Amino acid sequence: MATTTAAAKVRTASTQPAPQQRGVWRWFSDHLVLIVGLGVLLYTFVPIGYIIALSFNQPTGRSATAQFDAFTWNNWSSICQPEGLCASVKLSFQVSITATILATLLGTLMAFALVRHSFRGRSTSNLVIFLPMATPEVVMGSSLLAMFVAFGFDGVLGFITIVIAHVMFCLSFVVVTVKARLTGMDSRLEQAAMDLYANEWQTFRLITLPLAMPGIVAAAMLAFSLSFDDFIVTNFTSGQSVTFPLYIYGAKLKDFPPQLFVVGTLMFLVSFLFVIAAELWRRRRRVT
Amino acid sequence: MPQSTDQAPRELARDLRLEGVTKRFGDFVAVDDLTMMVPQGSFFALLGPSGCGKTTTLRMVAGLEDPSAGQVFIGDEEITNLRAYKRPVNTVFQSYALFPHLTIFDNVAFGLRRRGVSDWKTKTREMLELVQLEPYASRKPSQLSGGQQQRVALGRALINEPGVLLLDEPLGALDLKLRRQMQIELKRIQTEIDVTFVHVTHDQEEAMTMADTIAVMNHGVIEQMGAPGELYENPTTTFVANFLGQSNLIVAEVVDASGQTVVVDCHGQKVGVVASRSHTDEGKGWLGVRPEKIFASPRGSETHDGANVLTGGRITDVSFVGVSTQYLVAMPWGQELMVFEQNTGQRGQFKNGDEIDLTWSRDHAFLLDAGQDVHAGVITPEDIE
Amino acid sequence: MTEVVTPPTPPPAVDAETSRRRGWGWLLLVPGMLWLAVFFLFPTVQLFFTSLYDPTGSFTLGYSMTWHFANYYDAIRDTWNLFARSFMYAGIATFVGLMLGYPLAYAIAFKAGRWKNVMLVLVIAPFFTSFLLRTLSWRTILADHGPVTSFLQTVAILPDNGRLLATPVAVIAGLIYNFLPFMTLPLYASLDKVDYRLIEAAGDLYSSPFTGFRKVTFPLSLPGVVSGTLLTFIPACGDYINAELLGTPRQYMVGNRIQAAFLTEHNYPLAASLSIILMAIVVLMVVVYIRRAGTEELV
Repeated sequence: MATTTAAAKVRTASTQPAPQQRGVWRWFSDHLVLIVGLGVLLYTFVPIGYIIALSFNQPTGRSATAQFDAFTWNNWSSICQPEGLCASVKLSFQVSITATILATLLGTLMAFALVRHSFRGRSTSNLVIFLPMATPEVVMGSSLLAMFVAFGFDGVLGFITIVIAHVMFCLSFVVVTVKARLTGMDSRLEQAAMDLYANEWQTFRLITLPLAMPGIVAAAMLAFSLSFDDFIVTNFTSGQSVTFPLYIYGAKLKDFPPQLFVVGTLMFLVSFLFVIAAELWRRRRRVT
Repeated sequence: MPQSTDQAPRELARDLRLEGVTKRFGDFVAVDDLTMMVPQGSFFALLGPSGCGKTTTLRMVAGLEDPSAGQVFIGDEEITNLRAYKRPVNTVFQSYALFPHLTIFDNVAFGLRRRGVSDWKTKTREMLELVQLEPYASRKPSQLSGGQQQRVALGRALINEPGVLLLDEPLGALDLKLRRQMQIELKRIQTEIDVTFVHVTHDQEEAMTMADTIAVMNHGVIEQMGAPGELYENPTTTFVANFLGQSNLIVAEVVDASGQTVVVDCHGQKVGVVASRSHTDEGKGWLGVRPEKIFASPRGSETHDGANVLTGGRITDVSFVGVSTQYLVAMPWGQELMVFEQNTGQRGQFKNGDEIDLTWSRDHAFLLDAGQDVHAGVITPEDIE
Repeated sequence: MTEVVTPPTPPPAVDAETSRRRGWGWLLLVPGMLWLAVFFLFPTVQLFFTSLYDPTGSFTLGYSMTWHFANYYDAIRDTWNLFARSFMYAGIATFVGLMLGYPLAYAIAFKAGRWKNVMLVLVIAPFFTSFLLRTLSWRTILADHGPVTSFLQTVAILPDNGRLLATPVAVIAGLIYNFLPFMTLPLYASLDKVDYRLIEAAGDLYSSPFTGFRKVTFPLSLPGVVSGTLLTFIPACGDYINAELLGTPRQYMVGNRIQAAFLTEHNYPLAASLSIILMAIVVLMVVVYIRRAGTEELV
């Protein structure tokens, strides 16, 4: 890097260590940050490695997580064997897709309002949207539950209440993501469209929406992952229904079936492939 | 009220007219009671420093801005309240505003398709050939150079055959050589097709090169409007005198305004200004004369009949600029005047300290009233971003 | 944030289109705001009232509202140590998270080159899988005879029968791990905006790389530091999964208590007062942040 080289030259002008020594040391200090950064990154993948490994584990003892015993493909071939596992995954998907659609829709509208329109109460709106992101999930979940109970809905806790809760805490993240994309957009493009005989609807459909789409897609993906993986709020508002994270939590009472880790590995692989595919597609569309 | 200097009678073809147009942003008045007329088919320049309101005016014509007051007409048709997409007006934006997610082809075709023109494919191809960008038709704007993007922006606007084409400093991002080329190109295109061009710029050389008529704007009003030559030789305000080219402005007092020539007293020396260029007839005024109109000669060396003479000057700075030599001359009353002399090679250069006389023809000076700010329109280092 | 000095220009125009759309703005905002109002604001307010119920009521018999502010006093008296522990754990986790996340964010912003996007994906990739599973994974990794514990025992950092699990270390480690992207990504976003030429200018003016960092880079990345810190500390305070899975009741945090009070004991007034106290502290921190940065940077 220019600064390091310049500064290093000034300092080492008088004392000249052996070229080889200087070379290695310089390389190391230049790349120190990168090395540390990659180290941290590696650290975040360690549990993933364990999850993948544990998915092949044949438990002999009581708990599948205590240690590695034997290697087996059984877990993968009999994924739905533990009772309720696949049902919980299915419910998670249903909940998350519904919540994602609703949250993305409402959140995108709000983002447009905040970026493209001026109105009083902007500060208050910003604050109200920020608060759910800053509130501990325990508080959000418990207050929602208390409200449902107070209004007599404690008998019907389930899919609907879970979706309601998920939309609630995903909204803020959708707004933030879409807003970031919109503020970067040049509003003169829409003016140019109008100058070229496109009315408001056509401008939105042909110019605004396509350009905002990457942000909206990113927001939807974020909402989906937040919803799918949510435990605390779901725990409070689910009643008898069991989503996948709830299943995992409940499973601690009756040993952890290794199929849990199979599902976990699958989740990881599918999302990972999804993102890689999106990146490849993006790179191919842009001819550099 | 500044008016077009064209005196020929005209049937209101498709002239662009602004009447009393004002735009306020809160307390700030960007455009102040503007009235002007742009004849159909002419190349019109709106010239002024940044913040003078020229872009705002343009946007009000395009329909991207609503006037706070006043009306806009094209021919007989009032378009003041029409939305942008209903006006027969197209714009070439300063940053080109090409749609980044569409190909060049789709960019150029955009307006035609919105209007439902049936043979839009053929027309688009023809326009791309016209601007010599046919091979790039399926590329995206980010893959083109600045000059190429500019041509796309132009083609995208012209393909709709608008009555008025608005250009918002379209050449600003181009390098010097390319800019000169495009200036010629734009002028050529405009003379071939019968479209009114309204070109907004802060570059006075560009305006003078390209336009049939220039309107000089400052703080939301038009200071003066007319043909480039007239604005340059006979400015009516100090702003125009300083903004177009450079002027020497000297304090003067009117002595005799009765005849064809107005006589003024300049710090004890008498000079004359032809009446048609004199814009005040009593009291104090600013005597203006362009540096290139002044002839410097050694003290007392020549007799000058009928010309103006200011004596007592002393050279304080000599700058050789290749084409010309620029002198700063200190006058007895302390002011330094600029004198530009073309390096024809027929005379030697003066040196620092030489004592000289300044002469110029009576036709070449102008006289402005003293109430004006002598520094208006002068570009100082603080103005340059 | 870099400041660009511009000459005075007219104020940014609320142009024709925007002013015409003033009515539209409200319309777009309403559905989402309504949702938040009904399912977030209202329950929170109601929670506040619940915290003032007479604690002698019960879930089955119902509660009576007696404006019993003493609930708060009781709650703090009985659980102040949990609050203290929660803030301590969350604080340590945030600090360590900053130490880990900053180099990573810096590396991605300045040293990654064309691998930037790939690295960003890798930052969040581990979080594609359930966080419960990941936390359970840590349970295995930090298990008593597992590789990490054995290693630490060998190098005598841990005594021979020392454990990692069921200690604060494990819980805090879990907290650090789980919130790392919340720290890294805002840091990255902030660092990415820093014009590298400013750092080069510092070098040109005789500062060593470290001084350049201290005086130029770090101050410019401060908004990201604040965001990341807030987004880590706040959820960490209220977390209880890490404590439950990686620790014992001796490491339990406020969140554990609230969950128990709500779902097991059905002691709503207590649970509500604890929640309100927690939330009040959080809101206080947010308000302090807003005072410094304004609300536009929030969302």
